[in-house]
Amino acid sequence: MGRSGPGRIIALVVSLGITLAVSGLLYYWFREAAFLGNDYQSTFEPASENAEKVHSVYVLVFWLAGAVFVGVMALTLAFSLMFREQEGAEAVQTHGNSRLEILWTFIPVVIVVAMAVPTFDAIVQIEGDAPDNALEVTVVGHQWWFEFRYGDEGIVTATDLHIPVDRAVHLSLLSGNYQADGSFIDNDVIHSFWVPRLMGKKDIMPGHENHLWFTPTETGTFLGQCAEFCGLSHAKMRFRVIVQTQEDYDAWVAQQQTNPADPTDEQLLAGQQAFSSAGCIGCHTINGVSQGLVGPNLTYVGERSTLAGGWLDNTPAQMEAWIRKPSSVKPGSHMPDGLVDNLSQDQVDALVAYLQSLR
Amino acid sequence: MATAVGTVGQTTEHSKIWEWMTTVDHKKIASLYGVTGFTFFLVGGIEALLVRTQLARPEGTVLDADLYNQLFSTHALTMIFLAIMPLGASFFNYFIPLQIGARDVAFPRLNALGYWMYLSGGLMLTLSFFFGGAPDGGWFGYAPLSTTAFAPGRNMDFYTVSLLILGSSSLIASLNFVVTIINMRAPGMTMMRLPVYMWMTLVVAFLLVLSLPVVTVGLIQLYFDRNFGTNFFTPATGGDPILWQHIFWIFGHPEVYVLILPSMGIVSEVLPVMSRKPLFGYAAIVFAGAAIGVLGFGVWSHHMFTTGLGTVPQVVFSASTMAIGIPTGIKIFNWLGTMYGGNIRFTTATYYAVGFIALFTIGGISGVMHASPAVDTQHQDSYFVVAHIHYVLFGGAIMGIFSGIYYWFPKMTGRFLDETLGKVSFWVMFIGMNMTFFPMHFLGISGMPRRIYTYESGLGWDTWNLVATIGAYIMAFGVLLFVINFFKSMRQPQTAPDNPWGGSTLEWATSSPPPEHNFDVIPEVRDRDPLWYNRDHGIELPPKPEHMHIHMPPPSYYPLIIGAGVTLVGLGLLAHLGVAVAGALVVVYGVWGWALEPTD
Repeated sequence: MGRSGPGRIIALVVSLGITLAVSGLLYYWFREAAFLGNDYQSTFEPASENAEKVHSVYVLVFWLAGAVFVGVMALTLAFSLMFREQEGAEAVQTHGNSRLEILWTFIPVVIVVAMAVPTFDAIVQIEGDAPDNALEVTVVGHQWWFEFRYGDEGIVTATDLHIPVDRAVHLSLLSGNYQADGSFIDNDVIHSFWVPRLMGKKDIMPGHENHLWFTPTETGTFLGQCAEFCGLSHAKMRFRVIVQTQEDYDAWVAQQQTNPADPTDEQLLAGQQAFSSAGCIGCHTINGVSQGLVGPNLTYVGERSTLAGGWLDNTPAQMEAWIRKPSSVKPGSHMPDGLVDNLSQDQVDALVAYLQSLR
Repeated sequence: MATAVGTVGQTTEHSKIWEWMTTVDHKKIASLYGVTGFTFFLVGGIEALLVRTQLARPEGTVLDADLYNQLFSTHALTMIFLAIMPLGASFFNYFIPLQIGARDVAFPRLNALGYWMYLSGGLMLTLSFFFGGAPDGGWFGYAPLSTTAFAPGRNMDFYTVSLLILGSSSLIASLNFVVTIINMRAPGMTMMRLPVYMWMTLVVAFLLVLSLPVVTVGLIQLYFDRNFGTNFFTPATGGDPILWQHIFWIFGHPEVYVLILPSMGIVSEVLPVMSRKPLFGYAAIVFAGAAIGVLGFGVWSHHMFTTGLGTVPQVVFSASTMAIGIPTGIKIFNWLGTMYGGNIRFTTATYYAVGFIALFTIGGISGVMHASPAVDTQHQDSYFVVAHIHYVLFGGAIMGIFSGIYYWFPKMTGRFLDETLGKVSFWVMFIGMNMTFFPMHFLGISGMPRRIYTYESGLGWDTWNLVATIGAYIMAFGVLLFVINFFKSMRQPQTAPDNPWGGSTLEWATSSPPPEHNFDVIPEVRDRDPLWYNRDHGIELPPKPEHMHIHMPPPSYYPLIIGAGVTLVGLGLLAHLGVAVAGALVVVYGVWGWALEPTD
């Protein structure tokens, strides 16, 4: 039966050695992929209390998985080496071994139970209701951008979600469009709200209001991205969560609650006129200027970190490229091409300058 | 045209092509399934290569978003419905009668119909690229993205119609397999003497019989939503997109086991024969396979952990999903137990079988990882899941299928595949496979969502995407080596003996390739490993009788007619309902002729 004595031991040692070497390499790469730092969207670097709970389960499951991997790989290799065809060797004719089989039924049972208990504990905690003092924000998913509505504060913004650190935030997730009378129509597709460092994802379902809450524990900018396939520009439906100190957040709220000052500069005034004449007002709101409800609220668009659903940097050049031909940036974009084709270059410059001034 | 009593394998006066078009011989139908399935496997592979080429670098420009979405959707549909399932069906067809000691399947003409409908649905799905666009809403076709408001083209109609045809084809085939295995076993072959491969086939056939009707209903509802203004899945008008997800995954999850269980069966045949000892823990492997099948119906919502199910469903579906890890673990340990103490001949088939254990284990482990809903909120719809499914489907299903091809090729063709080229091709595929799919774990951990046609640089995804793309081309080269091996072998003379590997099951008791009637005398089964029992007890197979009174079913063109009618119905549903009515009339004509056709 296979190799005998020393040959068998060598085969075992070699197999274990190879398996551990491979596992070590894989572990190194896992670490490289997991610990990326700020400005990445690692699923392994939690920055909120609830993400921390998910993470502790994840770490446990990761090590259990690693142990099974090492065990099965080493045995598969070892048996392949030990029982490779030998001159004159005979296979042992066994049909099974009840004791052994019962034993190895219990191995997966134990592993699964070890996973299940902390998992269930975590689910109950993170799926439970948000604390009463949580900041309430409604997230509306659109093809292909995120809208954020702060009901109590009366703020509507897009793509950048501002929240204070160390306070729970409770997100209500909706897919569709608010109407002028305040009603809501579920006329969009399924999206998914995912900021890996702050929390696992939750789908934004038309026809169902979903909820997600977490308490960020670090300030900073956290990258997020739609995780449910939602059509042509699914890849470009990104957003950021900006976690601020309470003071910074309060200042941001205070600014958002005032209307932008009317422009006095001549170019900006021309830009504001272009905003009307090119038809932007039909879809976009700028508080005190227009009341469109189809596209993102642009009241303080100039201060946002990104444009076009988080795909472009918010610079005048990128903004011009975007409004000239949205479909070249985001295929299928609901903002039509050619809206500013009838404007002169000066007017387009003015429009961009005006929008950039909204900060 | 009857096969006269007392003669077998008589030549026909018709051409070769007509012979293949009217055949009801399970071995010929298996060959049709096999060649067609492998061709579609190559098509699906090309689709995957295009997808990987686009993703090789950030902000790639090889494909645009629209074509990318069509390609990733069609890649999945092709590999699942047009490659892995039919390749499974090919082996089922060939080896059910041979392994249970029967002359054909229970309903030979239905068997042919199953193939023609598969070909029809497969061509419809693939040629959609040239008729307005292929399905672009994913293989899961989530509403409302798949409804006309968001997918106004014909793309998703090609999806519903071709899947309806393919589903009916599988349903017909599965019913046939269930009846055959239960009713047509050779004398002495009790259920607990059934080869494990037959057990897995039976479980798969039951899974399909029970799950396909569910998705059929869903597909009809989606077709109605799209074409007749119903509102099953549109929330703005009172429908519910969650309903579609439940319907789809009640089919979709058993479907995963439909893809993997046949390969588990193949490995359970190859390992004992190559180790020269009986399968370790036959009963446990059989029960584990059946348990996976049963539990497979109770886990569908784990595909929906992030849809806002609530606490209790998350706990319940998490528990049932984790429970599937137990029978799966049992199987893996039993395969290792089979290797232990063996005198293992490392043929190419063995390489693929052992490769299956290693790679499928990785897919199984990551599967149990996201059985935890907490972990799954970070895995779902990320590249971690892409890595998982490809370890299960390529590392598992495809590796098993290749093992089966190398193992049974001499039986099916009378020729061996080149072992050296086979092993080279295995290693190329194995390395390419791991290079492609293992880095996807890292991409998932770094937060890369799946189904994105492009990504920005600077998120830590660039290197591993490039590695994965290079791996995909290496893997494709490995498949190419297999294709070369195939054509090389087919030019060799038929020299394979009846039982080249020393196998224990009945297919090795007849010639390679088997005669049309499979066995001159139906063998009697005295043990789970009948040929080994006969060998050890000095029992000879009965000699070929002088006069063979064997009745074989005659060829029939009615399956082809019904298949053509179904194709017309399908095209009519896509183009004009008048054509569908004409197609229905052709089907009625075919059924009428079929019913009245003399059977001898």
